[in-house]
Formats: sequence, C-alpha cells, structure tokens
Amino acid sequence: MTKSELIARLAARFPQLVAKDADYAVKMVIDAMSDALARGDRIEIRGFGSFALNYRPPRVGRNPKSGDKVHVPEKYVPHFKAGKELRERVDIAG
Amino acid sequence: MNVTLTKAELADMLFERVGLNKREAKDMVEGFFEEIRLALEKGESVKLSGFGNFQLRDKPQRPGRNPKTGEEIPITARRVVTFHASQKLKAAVEQLSDAGKQP
Repeated sequence: MTKSELIARLAARFPQLVAKDADYAVKMVIDAMSDALARGDRIEIRGFGSFALNYRPPRVGRNPKSGDKVHVPEKYVPHFKAGKELRERVDIAG
Repeated sequence: MNVTLTKAELADMLFERVGLNKREAKDMVEGFFEEIRLALEKGESVKLSGFGNFQLRDKPQRPGRNPKTGEEIPITARRVVTFHASQKLKAAVEQLSDAGKQP
C-alpha cells in the first residue's frame, strides 16, 4: 500500500468527507510525525506502536573502495517498535 | 524540550489545520493507523514516501530461554513488522546531533 492508496482507502472509509480531506490528513499526519522525530520527540500511538531515536556513537569506519579510515560522527537513527495490537494482528494473519 | 506525539495531538492538528470537526479529526487519525494495520494484517507492505516503509518478516522458530528460570523454551515461528525509515527521515534525524539537540 502506497501513500496514494492509503489516501484512497481513507476517503472510502469516510464517504461523508470530501476526498481532499483524506489527502490533506494523510500528508499532515506524516509531516507531523517526521517533524516530531526531527525535533528529537518520541511518537506513541496506542495499539500501533512507538517511534523513538536510537543513538549511534561516533566510530572509525573504512572506505570500502580505498580501505582508508574515515571518521563517522555520532548520529541518531529512527526506530519503530510495534505495539501489542499490531504485533498480535500481524502474527495471527501469518 | 522533548515531548511525545500521540493520537490526541494529531487529531488537534487536523482540527486546527484541515478544518475537520473534533469527531472527524479523531476518527481520521484512528482510520489512518487502522488502514496501515489492515494492510499489514493482509500481508501487504506499506510504503509512505518521505517517511518510511513498514515491511513484514517471517521468522522461523528458534531456541529461547525463560530469563527468570533459565528453562529452555522454543520461540515459535512468527510474522513481525519492521520499519525502515526513508533517506529523507534519516537525514532529518541525523542532523539532531549537529544542532546539539540531544533527544
């Protein structure tokens, strides 16, 4: 399912709303979640899961082509942990 | 300042910026996550460009242990959801340490 398919499914779920509302809503929710993580905030959606940031310390890496040592600075990476309901529903289906 | 974004805040934003009424905003946020759950439940992966992909992984049974008793018990085969952030989201988050904003 892509973003545009999600918009279409939401529009079908809410026939009383105009299709544009589903379009704005999906884009706004995705933007709000990206912005929250970019600020260093967590996201907690009950029944779905949580998004947080994991710290990666600085390390010395290597350029795989030349073999040269390169300093890789510290960074944060997004991490998702599925919530109980999502975990159970996906597993039962499998 | 580090806070947590929840469904309530997302619904408030839809109410303020999209012009849905409070009930519609709440239902829309619930529907957003429910449609993603439904797709994953059906075995579909979900690709939200600019944010990331939710994918399914089938994991075989493997040996495990009860950490309290030390007793060996198999961890059953299962299907799990994994999330892969998009390059755009990774880049936005990486800059946190540059800006000195520690989460």
